[in-house]
Amino acid sequence: MLQRFRDLSFRYKVPLRACALVVITACLVTVSMISKEYDELRSDLLSNSASLGRVLSLNLVAPLLHDDAWRAFEIISTPLSGEGDNPLLTAEVILVLDPQRRVYVSTQPTHFQMLSDPARVSPEFRIVKDWLAANTQVQPTQLEPPESDRIFVITPISADGVDLGTLVMQYSKSVFLPRFYSIAQRAALITLLVVAVLIPVSWWWGRRMAEPLVRLADGMAKVGPRIPEDREIALYESKDEIGRVGVAFRRMLGELREKENLEREVVVSDRLAALGRLAAGIAHEINNPLGGMLNAISTYKRHGNDDNDAFTTKTLSLLERGLLQIKNTVGALLVEAQVKSHPLSPQDIDDIQTLVLADAHRKQADLTFANDLRGVLPLPSTLVRQILMNLTLNAVQAVHPQGHVYVRAYIHGGSLSLLVKNNGTTIPAEVMPHLFEPFAHQSESGHGLGLWVTYQIVQQLKGEISVQSAPGETRFTVELPLPQDEG
Amino acid sequence: MARRICALLILLLISLPGSLIADGHPIRFGVTPVFLDDQLAFLAVWKAYLGKRLGRDVVFVQRGNYREITDLLRSGKLDLAWVCGYPLVQNREHMKLLAVPRFNGKPLYRSYLIVPGDDVGTRSILDLQRKVFAYSDPDSNSGYLYPQFALLQLEQDPGSFFARTFFTWGHRKVIEAVASGLAQGGAVDGYVWETLNLSHPELTGRTRVVERSPEFGFPPLVARPSLPQADFLALQEVLLTMGQDVEGAALLRRLNLDGFEAGNAHLFDGIARMARTVGGGSNAAALP
Repeated sequence: MLQRFRDLSFRYKVPLRACALVVITACLVTVSMISKEYDELRSDLLSNSASLGRVLSLNLVAPLLHDDAWRAFEIISTPLSGEGDNPLLTAEVILVLDPQRRVYVSTQPTHFQMLSDPARVSPEFRIVKDWLAANTQVQPTQLEPPESDRIFVITPISADGVDLGTLVMQYSKSVFLPRFYSIAQRAALITLLVVAVLIPVSWWWGRRMAEPLVRLADGMAKVGPRIPEDREIALYESKDEIGRVGVAFRRMLGELREKENLEREVVVSDRLAALGRLAAGIAHEINNPLGGMLNAISTYKRHGNDDNDAFTTKTLSLLERGLLQIKNTVGALLVEAQVKSHPLSPQDIDDIQTLVLADAHRKQADLTFANDLRGVLPLPSTLVRQILMNLTLNAVQAVHPQGHVYVRAYIHGGSLSLLVKNNGTTIPAEVMPHLFEPFAHQSESGHGLGLWVTYQIVQQLKGEISVQSAPGETRFTVELPLPQDEG
Repeated sequence: MARRICALLILLLISLPGSLIADGHPIRFGVTPVFLDDQLAFLAVWKAYLGKRLGRDVVFVQRGNYREITDLLRSGKLDLAWVCGYPLVQNREHMKLLAVPRFNGKPLYRSYLIVPGDDVGTRSILDLQRKVFAYSDPDSNSGYLYPQFALLQLEQDPGSFFARTFFTWGHRKVIEAVASGLAQGGAVDGYVWETLNLSHPELTGRTRVVERSPEFGFPPLVARPSLPQADFLALQEVLLTMGQDVEGAALLRRLNLDGFEAGNAHLFDGIARMARTVGGGSNAAALP
């Protein structure tokens, strides 16, 4: 049970605790109200009965002196004859005992008969008599026999110090009960009203308190193998502790996402680097025998037997064409950064536009070139042209007829930025991680080495290439740092 | 004092011929709680009636017991009083019989022995031995003298027969004491019991009449002997003719009486005999 409560959501636990607090408070207030009322009731009774006892005993002096039993009876009957008086303060029975502690008169004459021993009628009077034997009192005294539901108020009747008798007023504690019940009932009603008002308020308030915590917990629960996006997590914005935890949580999520991206990029670039090394190694290994073979064929063609028959010539041509194709392919894989070329000038960029224009026309694509370069940059023009050429041709191929291709070259923060975007086919998400790998996405129009080559060149130029593809826009961005002037 | 009043009255009678009673001090009428206690409203009407008939103010003087009324009458401070037959036979020289009420057609009444209504066993006063007994007044015939006499007739000592006795100083209160159970028996004026039985049956219903005594002379109205004859006659005339006018008849109905008659002293001979038997007269009130 306790465990179940412990496991309960704050959504319920906090309101439940608030409500429990309300109920406990209300109960305590009620109990203290009732007990206070009970005490007051009691002291009321005592002070009233004491003063009544004093008045009666004073009036009883003359009848007792004159042995006027009827007058004494009339006197003690007076307090009980009033109807509609507060029944609480009405004694059950009033007795006058003579000095021998026998009944002189009583208000219940058939019960407590004259001259009889009151203890025989009601055993509780044994205690009263014992008390009277042990005490010589002057003031009205209250006697509460143990295990009795009665209270006795005992008042001496004396004149000139001579004991004439004793007035005993017997009250029942049960007279408290109706009054007590009515008080308790009223208090309970007020408590219920208070509780009825406070419970919904405290429930609502408790839920409000718990809500940010619950949302935070819900948000945290979503973090698993996948890092949830910010918009998936609804947190309360505030400056309190929970708000701060929320802010920290968001920051943590952001960092997690960044780390995840970084790891992915590292994996991709590591793989690409490994591929690059493999490709370069293979290309070198192939290039040497290939050069030898091509030389041999060339030598044979130049210095060979003049009576070469047609068949031999045809065969050699076939071999040469095949070897050249291999050379081309290997050459494409092997990106040579050390190619001599002049520094990049704005004209180089414009040339690309001219070169691609034909393809664009064929595709009826709208090609926009924004060349912001205003001077010569210390970058190898051949390589930069190759990058831009590849990206722009890819873009033109990707757009649908009447599509748009936008190319821009500009200087940004010490780097040359090349931006190529189009509104053509979106690159599928599963292709993205392998986009720059060779032969990853062969199409009829190319061997799939364009992006690979581009990537290798950018790497060699210590630059960065990134791609974002969303429906309606695919953009490639290349950042090439401008080498610092040495010296 | 009395002589001066007489002289004044004679003077007034001379000066105002035709007036039945000369104007002078108001007529002082003593009543006891034995009979008419707590009937202030009735007394006010009766006072007005008597005053109108007499042409003089009437003042009712109420006292707590017979003795005080008797004393006042003896000392001339009252002109007339409604007393009991017992004081009359004890104070014949101080009281002059003025009128005797007629109850149930006769100037007679009885003493009732009553017990609480839930006591169904008691058959006679002998069954009340060692019980608590309520008397009305030590100068009352029905409420004291007769039960004492009855016990003596039964050869019992009235002073020790009961465990305890007390006086209530009023017949009605005897009935209340018995009805409440304070006393297990009581002696009461039969006329008072019957009258209350008509007006307050819920009270008398809680009592049961065990014994009814022989008939005695009804408690009479007496005058002081020194009251001028003219006043005496005028008062007697008014009382005896009360039933003849509407107002007087209504008052008599409220008193549950048929009327008043002049009566004669022999009506009370029975009481006088009992008083002699019991002895000691009113001074021998059986105080425990």
